[in-house]
Amino acid sequence: MTDTASHAPIHLRTPGTDVHGAAPWSSYLTGFVMAAALTAASFWLASGHLLTPASLVAALVVLAIGQMLVHLIFFLHITTAPAQKTNILALLLTLLIIALMVIGSLWIMSQLNVHMMPMDQLMQMQR
Amino acid sequence: MSTMQLSSGEHAPTRYHPATRFGVTGFGFYVYLLTDAILFSAFFATFAVLKNATAGGPTAQALFDVKNVGLETACLLTSSFVGGLAMLAAEARRRLPLILSLCAVFLLGLGFLSLEIREFVGMIHAGAGPDRSAFLSAFFALVGLHGLHITVGLAWIIVLLIHLGTMGFSASYRRRLFCFSLFWHVLDIVWIAIFTFVYLLGVQS
Repeated sequence: MTDTASHAPIHLRTPGTDVHGAAPWSSYLTGFVMAAALTAASFWLASGHLLTPASLVAALVVLAIGQMLVHLIFFLHITTAPAQKTNILALLLTLLIIALMVIGSLWIMSQLNVHMMPMDQLMQMQR
Repeated sequence: MSTMQLSSGEHAPTRYHPATRFGVTGFGFYVYLLTDAILFSAFFATFAVLKNATAGGPTAQALFDVKNVGLETACLLTSSFVGGLAMLAAEARRRLPLILSLCAVFLLGLGFLSLEIREFVGMIHAGAGPDRSAFLSAFFALVGLHGLHITVGLAWIIVLLIHLGTMGFSASYRRRLFCFSLFWHVLDIVWIAIFTFVYLLGVQS
């Protein structure tokens, strides 16, 4: 997507900049078509048996990230324009917190599972 | 950094504009949405941890109907697109297209919500309510939280339609519509994560 720089009117830009006005509605249409195609691909891959389970997980994760990017770029109009630096920084910080929380939880809980005695043996010991 | 450059007295780059009410409110709401995403990620982490804790109860494969999820996704994606068109109609100050597109967003959101409620009621009647297992508690908490946000969004659309009649295309109205638009798009992004990680990957393993 071409960056509209600081002079061109930009509509629904995420804030951090006060530049707004009428935006290309083709941006929304492009985003809608791309998001629909990616979503259809997700459901199609998940319902078929084309891929092995491991590669299916990878494919679905990649498709999900792609869809989120399409939404961010074409619907929320987040760009790498200098005027949007604040937005991008806030978004990156949020992504860091989310990654720490999700990966950290999964890591700690799987370690606990590995190191803990199976529940039935634990019950035996407590008797 | 930008303020330092401005106060240093040299000619300021043209891209720096003084903050307006629109920019400040919009940015504040954007930051709220980011914290909302953190809230959702806590629920996602909980679900991921408890995914296999079915306590002998029904599993994801037995419960989830991918066709229903596809319909819900179609409703929400289309409503997000129409929400964008509503913003365009408001920018052009065209009242009828704005009313029509807001009504379309409302109906599509309502369609999504009724599909979700039907799914929940069906699961609870089949003995797979949130009290059945840790997996189902986490599922109802995560998907229910998203549904709750959608419900709030639907109420917000009604308020926006009423305000269009009372305040018209004022600066404050544009600000409110902008915030709603951000809110609605972000809910769609959260739904992408839900249908991928909860439903599509849930029915695989």
